[in-house]
Amino acid sequence: MSDAVSPSVAALRARFGKAILRHLVSCGDTIVYVEAARVHEVLAWLKNDPDQHFNYLTDVTAVEYRDAELPLEVVWQLRSLARKADLRLKVELDKTASLVVDSVFDLWKGADWLEREVFDMFGISFTGHPDLRRILMWESYAEGFPLRKDFPLRGHFSRAEQTRQALAANPEAHYSLEELSIAAAYDALPPDMKDRLARGERGRVK
Amino acid sequence: MSTRTLEVSLGTATLDARGVASTVPLGVQLPPIAEPPDDLGGEHMLINIGPQHPATHGVLRLVVELDGETVIRVVPHIGYLHSGFEKLGEYRHYNQIVPLTDRTDYLSPMANNVCLALAAEKLMGITITERCQVLRVIACEMSRIISHLVWLGTTGIDLGAFTPFLWSFYQRERIYNLQEAWTGARLTTSLTRVGGLMADIPDGFEAGLRDFCRSFPKVLQEVDTMFTRNAIWCGRTQGVGPLSAEDAINYSLSGPMLRASGVDYDVRKDRPYLGYETYDFDVPIGEYGDIYDRYRVRLEEMTQSTRILEQALDRLERLRGAPINVSDPRVILPPKSRAMSDMEAMIFHFKQVMEGVPAPVGEAYLGIENPKGELGYYFVSDGSAKPVRWRIRPPSFINLAVLPKLCEGVLLSDVIAINASIDIVMGEIDR
Repeated sequence: MSDAVSPSVAALRARFGKAILRHLVSCGDTIVYVEAARVHEVLAWLKNDPDQHFNYLTDVTAVEYRDAELPLEVVWQLRSLARKADLRLKVELDKTASLVVDSVFDLWKGADWLEREVFDMFGISFTGHPDLRRILMWESYAEGFPLRKDFPLRGHFSRAEQTRQALAANPEAHYSLEELSIAAAYDALPPDMKDRLARGERGRVK
Repeated sequence: MSTRTLEVSLGTATLDARGVASTVPLGVQLPPIAEPPDDLGGEHMLINIGPQHPATHGVLRLVVELDGETVIRVVPHIGYLHSGFEKLGEYRHYNQIVPLTDRTDYLSPMANNVCLALAAEKLMGITITERCQVLRVIACEMSRIISHLVWLGTTGIDLGAFTPFLWSFYQRERIYNLQEAWTGARLTTSLTRVGGLMADIPDGFEAGLRDFCRSFPKVLQEVDTMFTRNAIWCGRTQGVGPLSAEDAINYSLSGPMLRASGVDYDVRKDRPYLGYETYDFDVPIGEYGDIYDRYRVRLEEMTQSTRILEQALDRLERLRGAPINVSDPRVILPPKSRAMSDMEAMIFHFKQVMEGVPAPVGEAYLGIENPKGELGYYFVSDGSAKPVRWRIRPPSFINLAVLPKLCEGVLLSDVIAINASIDIVMGEIDR
């Protein structure tokens, strides 16, 4: 394990200047903090620049620290298959502001489910994601975002309340609106759902 | 894998969605089939498969939109087995997380244990002993073999072949017996500890594993005879669900899914851990990226794993009696006899059990080549004995995300075959 800084950091600083906030090395991994507004631009450059060629998106995730003062972090773990090099990019999001960051779905299709999971678990929205909805929790889940530190280990609702909600659940809630918009199933929908579909809440109405 | 011409000549002609043969016996000329008129296509049908369906390999639910028998769209629904492991990990000491990893990819628990220990050791800067490295390599490769055997058996059943299931599960049972002798459990192994292992291998383990390595290739040979040139198998798998190398990378696939598409990326070779660079083994690469190539890649990986196991067993003989744990009393529990009789040992024992092993402030990502693909554990530490964040990079979750793309325009029965070829395990997808 070496403490050497990845050479990509110098290249990033030369190319993007102030958008690269700071960098550090932890356990041999280089971590680069990037300005939230320009992260898509930076990631696109890292992917497409022939000298960088970080063509493989290993992981997208987020970190919230126990210290409530610290910002939320969105983490992109990149890899260059040809150069056998890794790089970790981070964006800090102020918890008091809206939690929004650009989606990289247009660069890597693999970001689809990874970003949905971050949205599901942390409530961070990705602008430009074509189908941003919950993935591990169900669509009508109302307790919040499980991996946030203000979410208690056993959930916000009591066991009795969780059972009551599960028994009262509308079976339609188990289909996404997009699926329900498929022509043959559409006529059988309850009126409020038709209404939501007509308002264009995801899914196409034929 | 350039014997495709011969296999095509033996294979039955498969029909694509329009009813046109995709593979034709050599020398046969099929007349072109006219496009059906548009008005034959009526309303689309919505079919729900799962979550309780044997062909979805767990509690996966697929909502399929069909036009006749042609798949227009597949929407996977997951989360039925969500257990909040990542959240639980934030409330556990590093060693207490080991049992949680058993239950993620429950078809290869020992490899998950190894990954967790390696990630925690990277975070804490611990270098493990040589014997421990070799034993962990053995654990990883045993896991690869049993996981691929389950894949082989269940995929065979999905495509209508029952015999290989019996063969592969019999062989899997032999590894499970060894696993049980070593760890005391067949599934919830909890083999590793930060800085070492829960236990050394028992007497007779090496002989048992050598016996397995001797006879197992013969079984692989039989599977090869049964499947590789089988007309039905080739017809159901060749050219079905193909994926280009470019797409495979773009979808962040890993493991056999990525390599079947022709991308030479194996974490054991490209980012070596546990001294894998010192073992002599080959990484099989596919050409077409279809189900058939995924089958060939996994079959060959089992052969290569057997080779690695044999080399590891040779090294074990040289390391007989060497320690399996690092000699750091802050990390490794003292032997029970000393903890009960020696004051200092008792203090270390108390501190470790009550306070855990603190990790320095920092973060570490470590990926290993699991049977399903690249399994990565990402730890963020604030200096306490419990991680701030424990992220699992789940290979089958990411591999499954490509299913809707692979299923566009195929026949309904091929959805089952394609889903099987991805090799998913729901415990890891839902976590």
